[in-house]
Amino acid sequence: MTTNQEEIVHFDNVGLRYGTGREVLSDLSFTLYPGSFYFLTGASGAGKTSLLKLLYLAQRPSRGMIRMFGTDVITVPRGRLPGFRRRLGVVFQDFRLVPHLSAFDNVALPLRVAGVAEEELRGPVADMLDWVGLTDRSDARPATLSGGEQQRVAIARAVIGRPDMLVADEPTGNVDPDMAIKLLRLFEALNRLGTTVVVATHDLHLLKKVPESLIMRLDKGRLSDPTGALRYPPRRVAAAQ
Amino acid sequence: MKTPPVVTRAVARGFSGLAGRSGAQLLPQARLAGPMPWVIAIMVALMTVAACGGLALSNIARGTKAELAGGLTVQIVEAAPQARAAQARAAAAKLARWPGVAAVRPVPEEELNALIAPWLGEVAGDAEAIPVPALIDVRLDGRLTAERIRALRRMLAHVAPAARVDAQANWLQPVFSAIRSLQWLVLALILLLGLATSAAVWLAARTALGSNRETIEVVHHLGGTDSQIARIFQQSVAYDAALGGTAGLALGAAAVFLIAGRFAALESGMVAGGGLGWSDWLLIALIPVAGVVLAMLTARLTVLAALRRML
Repeated sequence: MTTNQEEIVHFDNVGLRYGTGREVLSDLSFTLYPGSFYFLTGASGAGKTSLLKLLYLAQRPSRGMIRMFGTDVITVPRGRLPGFRRRLGVVFQDFRLVPHLSAFDNVALPLRVAGVAEEELRGPVADMLDWVGLTDRSDARPATLSGGEQQRVAIARAVIGRPDMLVADEPTGNVDPDMAIKLLRLFEALNRLGTTVVVATHDLHLLKKVPESLIMRLDKGRLSDPTGALRYPPRRVAAAQ
Repeated sequence: MKTPPVVTRAVARGFSGLAGRSGAQLLPQARLAGPMPWVIAIMVALMTVAACGGLALSNIARGTKAELAGGLTVQIVEAAPQARAAQARAAAAKLARWPGVAAVRPVPEEELNALIAPWLGEVAGDAEAIPVPALIDVRLDGRLTAERIRALRRMLAHVAPAARVDAQANWLQPVFSAIRSLQWLVLALILLLGLATSAAVWLAARTALGSNRETIEVVHHLGGTDSQIARIFQQSVAYDAALGGTAGLALGAAAVFLIAGRFAALESGMVAGGGLGWSDWLLIALIPVAGVVLAMLTARLTVLAALRRML
């Protein structure tokens, strides 16, 4: 199998169905490139969350091939998947913070999972909390944080390990417009450091806030390409050249 | 907008994370407020009592066997007191000269009367009223074989025709057999208690998996391996099992000391041989250790089996 070293993710004719139901994703073929910023849009039920699940390796497709970081992740042994997951950052729609851990411990979790020593992680976690403006809330449990604060903790947790790709499912769905813009700026800052960002949203106003972003639209489980995001080279890269 | 802080890429690290405190804090710990330490304490206490009983029985059997090894009893079953005494003297003299005989002790008449007095009362001393056989306690060098007993019988037949020769161990054979059965029962009990402990840990691990499912999924999505997640549960269960095991051992040992005191008060020679030595206590001290290992293994296998169902 040939692999493109420049690609982060490659989907080839991917389909997904849950159980014996109809396909919720059909014939998806696209490539995501390093350092790009993608919006994944579509109406509710279009399959955005299902596609993200495939991207963050929570689900295997029913058919087709997915290559991630140059490796076919469909046939890779299950024991090797954690290595791939550690190169991903995920912001869940419902945050999924560990309820009995403080904001600090939630953000530190990916580093602890990766075996980073306590003395080594204290500085970076404190910096990350500072970056998302939650230094004074580092000891707070999720239940005592506002929706926006929980969202920022979830984002800090997703990016603390400097992932190669950040996947965010409706990250602004629970916050006010000002906070939504702030969060987008966080993603942009991370993107400038080289992380590929994929943000699923149904908020069309948000798309205009990141002018350099590429848009993938899902409609009843099929992809369309309004900005040339799925072409090679992607529109933004072509424009830069 | 500030630039995000640069963090070492986590993926470059190994898969040894979440050991110790950082892993333990992922699961809310019920500790003594939860049922697990208490269930394990009860199981270990029961196992301790059963094991002590089994070991005491084993010691009794071993001690009695050693005491009776090479022991023979020669009975002179002769109704006429004069003839009985004469045959007893002749048999004792012949036995004392017989090769392989280490010791010969004619049991004094007073001792015999004292032995049967609880059953026959004052009549026991009246040789005319109730003829009691004369007894000679014989101890041989080396193993007591059927061939040696036959040779002794042949030899005694000439000097004491009324003599009957019995190996002392034969009298207690049914007792040894019963003790062996009890030991198997104890072993079966310990195994059943071990199984019950495993089942309790399995249930607790399944419940903990269910109630912490979201946390586990998060760790899984962050790149946590099955082993790392299983280790978190193992740690938690090991702590509970260590707490419960220690309490159970103390409880079981206290019960054993109490019972041992009651048995010691019987002042029976056979029961006295049932005391536990340091090697027995060492073995008993291993019960909570085995309990912890069993609980950890059960938790690990349960969690790994459940995680295998996730991608």
